Amino acid sequence: MDIQLKRGLLDICVLAAIKNKDSYGYQIIKDIKPYLTISESTLYPILRRLEGAGCLTVHSVEHNGRLRKYYHITQAGINRLVDFSEDWKEIMSIYKFVEREDADK
Amino acid sequence: MNKKQFLDEIKQKLRGLEESDVKKSIDYYDEMIDDYVENGKSEEEAVSSLGSVDDIATSILKEISLPKLVKAGIKAKRKLLWWEIALLVIGSPVWVPILLAVVLILLSIYIVIWSIVVALYSINLAFAAVGVSGIAGSVFLMVLGNLYQGLFYLGIGLVFSGIAILLFFAFNKISVYVIRFGNLIFRGIKSLFIRKRGLSNE
Repeated sequence: MDIQLKRGLLDICVLAAIKNKDSYGYQIIKDIKPYLTISESTLYPILRRLEGAGCLTVHSVEHNGRLRKYYHITQAGINRLVDFSEDWKEIMSIYKFVEREDADK
Repeated sequence: MNKKQFLDEIKQKLRGLEESDVKKSIDYYDEMIDDYVENGKSEEEAVSSLGSVDDIATSILKEISLPKLVKAGIKAKRKLLWWEIALLVIGSPVWVPILLAVVLILLSIYIVIWSIVVALYSINLAFAAVGVSGIAGSVFLMVLGNLYQGLFYLGIGLVFSGIAILLFFAFNKISVYVIRFGNLIFRGIKSLFIRKRGLSNE
């Protein structure tokens, strides 16, 4: 897949992974893996970037005697997902245009 | 490699960065390894599945802002030897202008990007000013008894106010893209910088 496209999609996938309930690093990777290849070292910068952009907040929760960081989506993050879905509708119609059957045959 | 060795190596690669940035990264990988272990992997397996320390350090450095990176780079350097200082002084007619040029080019890219944004909003402000003064002027004229002239100015005022409001939304969108484009350029420059730093670490 195109690198720029994948970069954008990874951001969206991370937001989608925490959309319904707060999640943590290991779980986010497990949730995204069926759709896109993602490694721990790619996830970390994405989380920092999304945090910097105000799309998510971080809080620590105690788990088995250690702290685990949970990521919580903000309104800005939700807006990003909504924008993505709207863009995608346009892209789908372009896809149909690209893949259309030749009517003259 | 066990967890402690692994985290120490990352810490070593990030030396010079701000304490809080280093701690956040270490906490992240610490937690990740613990979660792997909790899900049935051994510590060694968990560490090796995370990839090489160099890749991890690079991925962290890429997201650190340029000023912070520069600061870290300067702090991390060892003391210069006497002949290195001598070479720097002798070579200064060559490297000072080049360095200056690079810095100024970066500065001008930055200025150009923000000038576009400022210019856009100035246009917007001009429209808004015409709109507001048109409406204010029309009130003044109508009070003085020039009803038709007043209505004419009122019309102009309203049209320009309308355009100003529409432009505001359009310019907001354009500004976002312009700034994003600027960030893209700086990201490219930064990645050159990181590659160099990575080499000097080896």
